[in-house]
Amino acid sequence: MTQKLLEIKDLYAGVAESGKEIIKGLNLTINAGETHAVMGPNGAGKSTLSYVLTGKPDYVVTGGSMRFAEHDLTALKPEERAALGIFLSMQAPVEIPGVTTQNFLKHAINAQRKYNNLPELDAAEFLKLLRSAAKNFDISSEMLKREINVGFSGGEKKRLEILQLSLLQPKLAILDEADSGLDIDALKIVSQGVNQWHTKENSLLIITHHLDLLRQIKPDFVHIYADGKIIKTGDMALAEELETSGYKNYLDAAK
Amino acid sequence: MTDKPQIEDLSGDKYKYGFTTEIEADTAPCGLNEDIIRLISAKKNEPEWLLERRLKAYRHWLTMSEPHWAKLKYDAVDFQALSYYAAPKQKAKPKSLEDVDKTLLDTYNKLGIPLKEQEALSGVVAVDAVFDSVSVATTYRAKLAQSGIIFCSISEAVKEHPELVQKYLGSVVPYTDNFYACLNSAVFTDGSFVYIPKGVKAPMELSTYFRINAQNTGQFERTLIVAEDDSYVSYLEGCTAPQRDENQLHAAIVEIVVMNNAEVKYSTVQNWYPGDKDGKGGVYNFVTKRAACRGINSKVSWTQVETGSAVTWKYPSCILQGDNSVGEFYSVAITNNRQQADTGTKMIHLGKNTRSKIISKGISAGFSNQTYRGLVDIAANAKNARNYSQCDSLLIGSTCGSHTVPYIRNRSKSAVLEHEATTSKISAEQLFYCQQRGIKEEEAVGLIVNGFCKEVMQKLPMEFAIEAGKLINISLEGSVG
Repeated sequence: MTQKLLEIKDLYAGVAESGKEIIKGLNLTINAGETHAVMGPNGAGKSTLSYVLTGKPDYVVTGGSMRFAEHDLTALKPEERAALGIFLSMQAPVEIPGVTTQNFLKHAINAQRKYNNLPELDAAEFLKLLRSAAKNFDISSEMLKREINVGFSGGEKKRLEILQLSLLQPKLAILDEADSGLDIDALKIVSQGVNQWHTKENSLLIITHHLDLLRQIKPDFVHIYADGKIIKTGDMALAEELETSGYKNYLDAAK
Repeated sequence: MTDKPQIEDLSGDKYKYGFTTEIEADTAPCGLNEDIIRLISAKKNEPEWLLERRLKAYRHWLTMSEPHWAKLKYDAVDFQALSYYAAPKQKAKPKSLEDVDKTLLDTYNKLGIPLKEQEALSGVVAVDAVFDSVSVATTYRAKLAQSGIIFCSISEAVKEHPELVQKYLGSVVPYTDNFYACLNSAVFTDGSFVYIPKGVKAPMELSTYFRINAQNTGQFERTLIVAEDDSYVSYLEGCTAPQRDENQLHAAIVEIVVMNNAEVKYSTVQNWYPGDKDGKGGVYNFVTKRAACRGINSKVSWTQVETGSAVTWKYPSCILQGDNSVGEFYSVAITNNRQQADTGTKMIHLGKNTRSKIISKGISAGFSNQTYRGLVDIAANAKNARNYSQCDSLLIGSTCGSHTVPYIRNRSKSAVLEHEATTSKISAEQLFYCQQRGIKEEEAVGLIVNGFCKEVMQKLPMEFAIEAGKLINISLEGSVG
């Protein structure tokens, strides 16, 4: 039996400060184990969707509902959503000077374990876990000692995001442009990492412009997202078609 | 000597609840005049020479006026409304921890302070009952004495080692130095004396057990540390556990003398009562700290983590007199709510090849205001002197202020000076990134701030650093959202 993980119903949301509406009547259901890809033209508000789902304070929900594993997401703080199992691989991971990567990761893991009433990992347990995971992403122990994202190349940042995915073991991973700025080797590392984590219990929402990542991860559903809602749903064939003919036909049809 | 009968008159008659009784009223009447100073000196059974010094300082103090150049705003101190001598207070004690202010207990728990210690800190039981402080002190002292180290209160030193005290007291900070130092020289009550003889390395951090014992050192603390040739000592001041302190004004002096090839490390964690959210109450902290590197190759480093006090005015300094001497200043200052701090250092280069390093990290939150004020002064003879200064400010929120005022005076052509300064803000993006990984906003701020201060925190002795880290988190509570 399929199990609903995320259910978005008639969602309206916008920028908190200006009141500008960006998401306008979005519907999307993601069941456990499914992979969904959201594609769409620049400026359609794809990243906004990822921020609204994860509770970034710059955005405000003005209508509709978001439910995740029996929780009303709108009532939860960003860290609570994270601890319940929503992970966002960010398009541009921010630098945090002074905080080493491994110290950051230890805080993150233990904060989530604490929220879920699991015992916190001590330094030795954590380092063992971290080192074995880091190998898969070609991340050296030297890199783990550097300040998080500070002076990291684009590829290093993205690899670190996926390392976090594999450490935090979320139920739903949102990959926002996880493939941008990656060379072929790095893309392979990222997609292998995602595929390794991906099981029948957990789900993926991939936001992208490119087919490269989708060809490696193979989505069950491909959605075209424009003007704040999904205007067309298909499978990988739809993505392939977009690659050749672009969004224009669908955008015109939606008008 | 002719004044003596007068003292007796005062203590015996007018102040009949005064110095003759042991508990309740072991406190001088409010106000400051020569008689009060005689009283303090008599109460402490001081020798004539010290009383004379006190009186000289007092007479000079009368000619001075309070400095107003710091970027601080506070109600003027009424020096005649203060009492200048108070023995440990024996007010109505709480009967058990249940009677103690809950916020205080919360803080102790967050710092991980053992229950027994909590009881002592909050005044439920006497310190002696927990630690048997007398015997602890004696054990330490016996061990230190084996290597010739003197570690005692300044009052004891005056009696037992008058030649040392006479030689060094006031030799680094003369009573004429500044308004508050002058006041301290007239009325200081107690403090610590440390003497490390030639060739001796202190076998332990001094004053680690002071957390409790330092509870009632009083408003006008006086510390003197002398490190003879080839010696070493690391000295820790202060306590990491917050204590309710009723004293409004603190004006301390710390003097350090460092001879040839000797090294002194002086670490401070200061967390006196900062006042409430609206800036009511809190300690005024006007401190003069100075080290004289008199010998060649001598070295002194000041490390401080300051989270307390409503008003801070403090510039731990190094006089680099001996050739090749080194001065270091590592500082973390955190201000929140309505706290104000004007703090920094002075590096005075006199000898050849003298080097100094300044790392200052200021964190401002709430409606607080903070100024880094530093002086690097290089004399004409200080050939090849070097200074490196780094002043970083971190702002939390948009209602606080941070200011950097570095003074540089260089008269040596061969000197090399470097100065770096940054100001940054904890961004919403950084907080969201942390939260998205499951870290709560307040924990994220603590993580970022601790990262920002890391360079300084690493200079603190281990156990001290851990508690200081927790203290930073506590002092920033409520600074976001």
